[in-house]
Amino acid sequence: MEAELRERVRRLLADHDPAGTDRLDFLRARFDAGLAWVHFPPGLGGLGAPRALQALVDAELEAAGAPDNDPRRIGIGLGMAAPTLLRYGTEEQKQRFLRPLWTGEEVWCQLFSEPGAGSDLAALATRAVPEGDGWRVDGQKVWTSTAHTARWAILIARTDPDLPKHRGITYFVCDMTDPGVEVRPLRQLTGEAEFNEVFLTGVRIPDTHRLGGVGEGWQVAQTTLNNERVAIGGQAMPREGGMVGVVAATWRERPELRTHELHQRLLKAWVDAEVARLAGERLRQQLAVGQPGPEGAAMKLAFARLAQELSGLEVELLGEEGLAYDDWTMRRPETVDFNGRQAGYRYLRAKGNSIEGGTSEILRNIIAERVLGLPAEPRTDKDMPWKELPR
Amino acid sequence: MSAPDLLYSEIEEELRASVRDLLTDRCPPSAVLARCEGPSPYDPALWRGLAVELGVAGLHVPEEYGGAGASLRETAVVLEELGRRVAPVPFLGSAVLATGLLLAACPQDPLLAEVAAGARTVTLAVPLSTAPGAGFPGTVRAAAGGRLSGRVTSVADALTAELLLVPAEGPDGPALYAVEASAAGLGVARRTSLDLTRPLADVTLNEVPGRRLAEGGPAVRALRQALTTGAGLLASEQLGVAEWCLSTTVEYLKERRQFARRLGSFQALKHRLADLWLETVGARAAARYAADTLAAGGPDAEVAVALAQAHCGALAVRAAEECVQLHGGIGMTWEHPAHLYLKRAKADQLALGTPGHHRAALAGLVDLPGPVG
Ligand SMILES: Cc1cc2nc3c(=O)[nH]c(=O)nc-3n(C[C@H](O)[C@H](O)[C@H](O)COP(=O)(O)OP(=O)(O)OC[C@H]3O[C@@H](n4cnc5c(N)ncnc54)[C@H](O)[C@@H]3O)c2cc1C
Repeated sequence: MEAELRERVRRLLADHDPAGTDRLDFLRARFDAGLAWVHFPPGLGGLGAPRALQALVDAELEAAGAPDNDPRRIGIGLGMAAPTLLRYGTEEQKQRFLRPLWTGEEVWCQLFSEPGAGSDLAALATRAVPEGDGWRVDGQKVWTSTAHTARWAILIARTDPDLPKHRGITYFVCDMTDPGVEVRPLRQLTGEAEFNEVFLTGVRIPDTHRLGGVGEGWQVAQTTLNNERVAIGGQAMPREGGMVGVVAATWRERPELRTHELHQRLLKAWVDAEVARLAGERLRQQLAVGQPGPEGAAMKLAFARLAQELSGLEVELLGEEGLAYDDWTMRRPETVDFNGRQAGYRYLRAKGNSIEGGTSEILRNIIAERVLGLPAEPRTDKDMPWKELPR
Repeated sequence: MSAPDLLYSEIEEELRASVRDLLTDRCPPSAVLARCEGPSPYDPALWRGLAVELGVAGLHVPEEYGGAGASLRETAVVLEELGRRVAPVPFLGSAVLATGLLLAACPQDPLLAEVAAGARTVTLAVPLSTAPGAGFPGTVRAAAGGRLSGRVTSVADALTAELLLVPAEGPDGPALYAVEASAAGLGVARRTSLDLTRPLADVTLNEVPGRRLAEGGPAVRALRQALTTGAGLLASEQLGVAEWCLSTTVEYLKERRQFARRLGSFQALKHRLADLWLETVGARAAARYAADTLAAGGPDAEVAVALAQAHCGALAVRAAEECVQLHGGIGMTWEHPAHLYLKRAKADQLALGTPGHHRAALAGLVDLPGPVG
């Protein structure tokens, strides 16, 4: 398989010289050659190869100077929408959505959280009512990252309020250009607006844009959420590849800032970061030989804690400089930029790491119950129809 | 540098299963506890079973020197299982520290083959708290002709050792000697140790005849190598200790009821255990990395060892402390085995360099120097 992949990479490069080919044309050709995500099926950007071989393809193409698909800009599509479409989508849906998703021509966002349903996502109130050959959707979503650049959204909405909260939900693909969709920037504590409020008023969704069965949206959403956690915590990195590298570099360049107390904290954090990196590496090795462990949620938890510890340390290390902030202008960034901005931004943005994609408290519950097998919290709302839940 | 292999191979899992079976049969907590109260905590029959029947005494010794020809990765797996049982056997002293020294100093010496076969039990005569980077010890002097005099305190696994490997300052500088435990002039006095399952002893030497194994630079390097390997592998023992503490506590909280609920359903407790589990996941990765890097003789070995010790030492203590706390009153009793693990964990934290020592070592190794002055 490895040899075949190398041969395919060679052929792609021979037919589409990266230097002379339009970026988008190159990415489309790469997708069609099955070299986008090699573990996807043939015809859908992959070859049904082991996931671990993706690194080999990426490295060879990067070495040849090929353009990438800017994965940070389209993270929600790649990390969450794509695996869900793959598992639950119809053949037509896969054919329609996966290629432009991967090339970055179409950005995706995730319309899950609502003002009244965050951690308790299954309590959501956005309604989808049958109308003609499709659905009419009304409600409000919130904290929606990249809604302002998105062409499509994955959406969950309530289709049966008489059932208990987990059972009356259905999963859809929502067209963000529909006239009923209104996106309003929501400024966050960093000063910029990376996420949004999204108002859905009489939005028309054809039934062909439903993912999974009516009322089975919660199971479909589990696929999205599990992939989200692995996507957030699980990237391969070299030593000092993350936030720890930024702080270590400042430490090395600025001996006059060092104190004994910060030295102890830095060494502790360095150890934690390297241990977390190795644990992530171990998780990837497990996935590659087909023994997926429950470490996915763990990695996100570990990275959130580390990013917060390290970014806080960096501000302290900088002393008087740490009192300054680079820019409070209200902006609408396309990606989160931990490297291009200053320490104060990193400190503030890292606060979101323990909230987005499931809070650290919720992840601890998941580990305790699903990994360690501890008894569940008493749940009074479990069998109650959604419409009778206290709100 | 090839990518580290952080998983367990099939052979390693088979080895784990056979060690575990043997320990389940012959080393239940009640027996360990009963032994600690007798004259010697060591279990010679258990040691024979491991060393001779399973052949773990010379696991990572190459076949040409009389060993099993496996690697330090397999030895690390054995340590995980021994840690999980706080097994009272001299594996660390004999199969890890002394064997490591012989391998590094004088692999051709027939002594190594005897130790690897489990025919003789040896230990390395340094205080258990010695860190890999510490200087060559100077508490024992060797006169011309090889008569050793001096004292080494807090030596692990000295009570059962038939032979001691002693670092000494000789007339021509540092050297390593082998000393028979039965030699005239040698005294081994048991100490009352914090860790009941790994007792310590003070060794006194009064003109004891020793056989010189190595001297000068090679002796210094061999000792450092043995201590580095020992520290790196100790992380696997600490992982085993932590895993037992975590899983035992989880099982207990699944059953124990208070306030008309199972205690494990209280979120405050669940979150503590989830955090502990997370750190154990990290410990497994760090311990595997140390074992794999040491086995391969990779250039990153010193970093890997310091990293594993900085993380695993403190984790094992925390796991044991949580184990005692979350068992409530029963956790405080002599009868429940939790205290054996707490004592082993705390002693292991000091063994072969504390986490603080290893963090300080990292500062030099990864170029994060402290403030000047
Ligand atoms: C930067 C950022 C980007 C985001 N992007 C998106 C997006 O693109 N799409 C989207 O749908 N959502 C997005 N979110 C929303 C995010 O998923 C939710 O904010 C999150 O799930 C928490 O929900 P909540 O805000 O309603 O907090 P709440 O659920 O109200 O929680 C408040 C606090 O209570 C704690 N808590 C809640 N329940 C429990 C419990 N059972 N046990 C213990 N503690 C509990 C929480 O941990 C938290 O500390 C984003 C959030 C952030 C910060």
